[in-house]
Amino acid sequence: MVVAERKPIEEILAMVADFKKVLLVGCKGCVTVCCAGGTKEVGILASALRIARKKAGNPLEVVEHTLERQCDPEYVDQLAPMIKENGFDAVLSMACSVGPQFIAKKYPIQVFPMLNTTFIGGALEHGVWAEFCQSCGNCIIHNFGGLCPIARCSKSLMNGPCGGSANKQCEVSPEIDCIWHLIYDRMVELGKVEKLRTVFPIKDWSTSRDGGPRKIVREDLKL
Amino acid sequence: MKAGSNLEKVLTSGHFAVTGELGPPRGASVEAVEKKAGYLKGMVDSINVTDNQTSVVRMSSVAVCKLLVDMGLEPNLQMVCRDRNRIAMQSDLLGAYALGIRNVLCLSGDHNKFGDHPQSKNVFDVDSVQLISIVKKLRDEGKMLSGQECEGVPRFFIGAAANPFGDPFEFRVTRLAKKIDAGVDFIQTQCIYNMEKFRKYMHIAHEEGLTEKCYIMAGITPLKSVGMARYMAKFVPGLDVPDYYIERLKGVEKRKQAEEGIKIAVEQIQEIREMPGVAGIHLMAIEWEHKVPEIMEAAGLLPRPKVD
Repeated sequence: MVVAERKPIEEILAMVADFKKVLLVGCKGCVTVCCAGGTKEVGILASALRIARKKAGNPLEVVEHTLERQCDPEYVDQLAPMIKENGFDAVLSMACSVGPQFIAKKYPIQVFPMLNTTFIGGALEHGVWAEFCQSCGNCIIHNFGGLCPIARCSKSLMNGPCGGSANKQCEVSPEIDCIWHLIYDRMVELGKVEKLRTVFPIKDWSTSRDGGPRKIVREDLKL
Repeated sequence: MKAGSNLEKVLTSGHFAVTGELGPPRGASVEAVEKKAGYLKGMVDSINVTDNQTSVVRMSSVAVCKLLVDMGLEPNLQMVCRDRNRIAMQSDLLGAYALGIRNVLCLSGDHNKFGDHPQSKNVFDVDSVQLISIVKKLRDEGKMLSGQECEGVPRFFIGAAANPFGDPFEFRVTRLAKKIDAGVDFIQTQCIYNMEKFRKYMHIAHEEGLTEKCYIMAGITPLKSVGMARYMAKFVPGLDVPDYYIERLKGVEKRKQAEEGIKIAVEQIQEIREMPGVAGIHLMAIEWEHKVPEIMEAAGLLPRPKVD
């Protein structure tokens, strides 16, 4: 899933400093799962904003709403009556950064992101998420025991660990596993370690963001 | 001869080779380069010029290499994968060759998080093993990665680094083998302090026939003080400084620690010379270039051979 985290409250308060009434929109997709922008987090942020502004003697009206998803136009369309009738100064989106962009495309109103969209990843344990994919557009993890050196090696090395790998830790931080140590252990476990002996060829990044913003067109699904 | 560099000539003629290292200044001072280079003149067979080492902005390694060429010294251009994509790398390689640079050392590069611009975007378009293959393709096929033929072929003597002390140890010789497959001619290792582990590494490499396929030069960095030894042991990932060296330096009074550090380096060099498969040393006297003559003299490595 897309993993995100909420921006600091100070940054958000600065964004809305000139507003009297805003629409705070959550998303029931990935950001609900990673506890960053679902119904619950919308409620918490709305309360925090109201309290802070009330304390400052400059009340802010926050209307809460959570969409099924913000990355599909059919759901974003559902905001139309609310935005039309309520005289909001701005929309605050609690989705990943796709959400505010979809809202901005659809409505002539200022939109602000409440989250920092951080990575494609998964939960390691309750309250801890880590990056697993860099969406390079051409998955090669089967060559590395199912582990991704592109996203998980700090230098995206494809031919083994750099000289900074020590005690299974990355040189960048003891908090980061050296993915190449894990790849090595995994390949030993699978009895395939000799596969790492072959030089892995230079990667074609044109399927990645380096080829420009990407689009997938599925003719079989188009209406 | 693949490139005809002095380093290649010294190594292929069977001499025990010595390379030095010069860290470019954090500024545009030619004098700073000349001063450091002056200490190395006549002392080593080739001088590595680091490429923004530890991710700190310094004078371009290509530019410093050219300054060395102009001084009549032979540079070894270090190139890291952190700051350039394949377009810039090939372009710089062509330019470096045009400026008279004949050795290149292909490295991954320290992560930019460590340097003076941790906010920077890194590149890592290719890794160090793949960079070796790029330099080889340019040299042996006269072609760029795209297949485009070079108008003027850059013929480099190709080097790479190896760290026998990084983890997992079992993979380290494999990584060396991959670099050889990719086309490396010579290897310079990370600074060696744990001689036992290095001996083990060299033994495996020798047994696997890898020392026949490339020249391995052992990295030596003299310890200036017990403080430096402790720092290297604690804060440099992938370095292995055994306690006995720290104890030994601690055992002498402070003003004599540098002397003791040099003594250790000389002992290491003598031990390394006896190891099968070691073709030379890479002497990295970090910000201590002026001590190189003393170390070389004490190690009995002077004068340097002249090979035509």
